[in-house]
Amino acid sequence: MASYNTSEFRKGLKVQLEGDPYIMIECNFVKPGKGQALYKCRLRNLLRGTVLDRTYKSGDSLEAAEIEEIQAQFLYRQQDNFVFMDNESYEQYELTAEQVDDAWKYLKEGMLCSIVLYNNAPISMTPPNHVVLRVEYCEPGAKGNTATNVTKPCKVDTGAEFPCPAFVNMGDLIKIDTRTGEYLERVKE
Amino acid sequence: MPSNDFRPTATWQNLQRRADLLRRLREFFDNRGFVEVETPILSADTVVDRHLDPFSIQIAPPGGAPHSATDGTSAQSASLADVPSAAKRPASNPQSEIQNPKSPASRPPSPAPHSSPASRLWLQTSPEFAMKRLLAAGGGRMYQVARVFRQDELGPLHNPEFTLVEWYQPGEDMAAGMELTSDLCEAILGRGPAERLSYAEAFDHFVGIDPLSIDNQQLVAAVKDCGIEPPASLDLNDRDVWLDLLMVDRIQPNLGVDRPTLLYGYPASQAALAQVQPGNPLVAERFELYVDGIELANGYHELLDPAELRRRNREVNAQRLADGKETLPEESRLLAAMKAGLPASVGVALGFDRLVMLALGARSVAEVMAFPIDRA
Repeated sequence: MASYNTSEFRKGLKVQLEGDPYIMIECNFVKPGKGQALYKCRLRNLLRGTVLDRTYKSGDSLEAAEIEEIQAQFLYRQQDNFVFMDNESYEQYELTAEQVDDAWKYLKEGMLCSIVLYNNAPISMTPPNHVVLRVEYCEPGAKGNTATNVTKPCKVDTGAEFPCPAFVNMGDLIKIDTRTGEYLERVKE
Repeated sequence: MPSNDFRPTATWQNLQRRADLLRRLREFFDNRGFVEVETPILSADTVVDRHLDPFSIQIAPPGGAPHSATDGTSAQSASLADVPSAAKRPASNPQSEIQNPKSPASRPPSPAPHSSPASRLWLQTSPEFAMKRLLAAGGGRMYQVARVFRQDELGPLHNPEFTLVEWYQPGEDMAAGMELTSDLCEAILGRGPAERLSYAEAFDHFVGIDPLSIDNQQLVAAVKDCGIEPPASLDLNDRDVWLDLLMVDRIQPNLGVDRPTLLYGYPASQAALAQVQPGNPLVAERFELYVDGIELANGYHELLDPAELRRRNREVNAQRLADGKETLPEESRLLAAMKAGLPASVGVALGFDRLVMLALGARSVAEVMAFPIDRA
């Protein structure tokens, strides 16, 4: 089993701890005067999202977690599950609504997402940073109003709603930043 | 994408200000009658410390064996080969070095093989040994601005290669060393004279324990009471590391906040090269300077007794072995100097990069050094 020594500790490392996969979200090297070199680490549980603080001394090591990231396209939703397909192996993966979390708002058929596998089973997914969605319903736009600071809710073809500028109309294609949920711009077909 | 890492991590303005600060620091010492000295960065001796890991290199001895490469088996015996200390190679074996068939054809003519094994030298973790040898030979007040090297020290406040300012005040005691340290800090940072706080007072105030008398079990309990998750690998009797956990978490961040703090009177087990307080075998005459929770300098009322240094070296090497580290040479020219007679003195080492960092309000040493290790 691969493992990481303290000198390899860094942000983003995926490790196995107490039976669960964790990602190192912070790692601070501290050394008191002439004393023991210590690594103060903050780790997030990749299954539950809980956060742990751990201190390691130089020479300690952590087991590497069997984590892999693949690109897979979204196929369809089946009740509470979301089905994806690895474009290379054609292997299908099912994620629960909980694992997909808020990302359902952006998922359209055929969209290429990144999926994290732990021991070959999916644990989370991330949509592309920018997605284009079609506005299915909104209040009519005020002609000539190009202000972007006044927003109105627009319902898009995934069923989600996003605040958009007043000039957006039904049928428009809009680009959304999936990291913030913010409207970016209107795009042409 | 073209690589951008040829660029320095410090702005040109920061490098100019660094140069100004170095000039002011030299002025400070020059005005007080210190002589600036230079001593080898590469030495046969190295400080024997449990938590300091020096880099070493193999170096061919001067005037090695006569040239004898006549049969095309000339081994490439690099005169300056990096030898990772973790993978310590056995002394060079000519039989194993002439196996490289590509050597004569594909490489420029290489230096002659040496019949005597290359010797191992150490990149200095501080210029301490050499400067004390100067003291023992009659040197007076002296300072040095030295590049020093420490393995595996990397973070916002650490770079494996850094600049250390080290000085010695012969004939003076710890109080005088602390006073000069405070003056220097005030001259450069302008944050007032340093307050004095003993190690025991700090633990009493910030943790509520007596670090000198508390027993190991209570110490472990105190760490856990503070909500610190100790390393699982930590031995319950490894007292100093348990104290370090509290130091790093509960004490250091609070030191030097309103004004610089001089923390003094470390446990004798953390004396390193300091004397133990006369009449109090539990306390070492060692101090450190803190500003904004950052350790800036370390000072000793210097140990003079060679027998005691020998004993500490042995003890440190036993700990290093237990830590899974290689041992460091216990014999050194410093021991010879101490036998010849080292005058009583106080010596201090100060991290110059951190001093500049604090003076400029930077948050990492990388902001004040041109090329940290990942761009070196």
